[in-house]
Amino acid sequence: MKYLKFLLIVLIFFKISLNSVSAESKDLSYKITKNLRCLICQGQSVHDSDSEFAISLKLVVNEKLNEGLSETEIYDFLKDKYGQWILYDPELNKSTYLLWLLPLLLFLIGGAIIFKKFIIKKN
Amino acid sequence: MKNKFSILLVIFFIFVFIVFYKGLNNSNIYVPSTQVEKDLPDLKVKLFNSEEEIEFKSLFEDSEFYLLNIWSSWCAPCREEHPLLMNLKNQKNIKIIGINYKDKKENAEFFLSELGNPYHEILEDGNGSKSIELGAYGVPESFLVYQNKIIQKYVGPLNQNLLTEIINLIK
Repeated sequence: MKYLKFLLIVLIFFKISLNSVSAESKDLSYKITKNLRCLICQGQSVHDSDSEFAISLKLVVNEKLNEGLSETEIYDFLKDKYGQWILYDPELNKSTYLLWLLPLLLFLIGGAIIFKKFIIKKN
Repeated sequence: MKNKFSILLVIFFIFVFIVFYKGLNNSNIYVPSTQVEKDLPDLKVKLFNSEEEIEFKSLFEDSEFYLLNIWSSWCAPCREEHPLLMNLKNQKNIKIIGINYKDKKENAEFFLSELGNPYHEILEDGNGSKSIELGAYGVPESFLVYQNKIIQKYVGPLNQNLLTEIINLIK
């Protein structure tokens, strides 16, 4: 029984590490295409879509990766061609600062309220 | 204190409501900007007729207008816009360059023999990667090029109005 348990643990561990290895090797192209919005089938990422546009875009991303471009360089390249909209993960700029800062602001305000209500009152 | 807080909360919710209500009327379908000024990309392209590999930019001369037209024999809207391209071919100061998108060569040749060939030169784009490099969405799509710059984008088939617009632009 003890051996069985041990074997099971080893197996599980082995499986997990195996998974992460294979994930790492096809990873970057996956990560990039998941973050790209398919522009003619909106609501889907390029990775999930089988439209002609998405198929070609996946090819181009792989091509660029083979050429040695980094993730950000590929994003910059596509942003230049298709605009900011193609990225799912919006960057911080003039039109998105509210999106990024509002949750932080609300968090701080909430924290301040809690602090005022409970901690100061207790003292 | 409590009163003040609830008033603030109500104001906040009204504000959020107005923002979302206004947002309802906005279209969330992305329309690409058509007014562009982009340099042509550095690319190697294959000619449709001779299968020769050339530098993409070498096709363009500074003094002339070019209409880059992405087309395919399997695309129905391309068939629709084709007569317009045949029309545009007769204009003096513009050359039409076709990009044959994900097509079979014999189908493309049949398409041209049936409807006429408006293209000054045709390039192959078997896997669609050249079109991506140009910033295209699909077929049909056209770019007006002048002095090595894309000056106007036409996503989707051309129509009579757009054709007049192009003719006015190149005058």
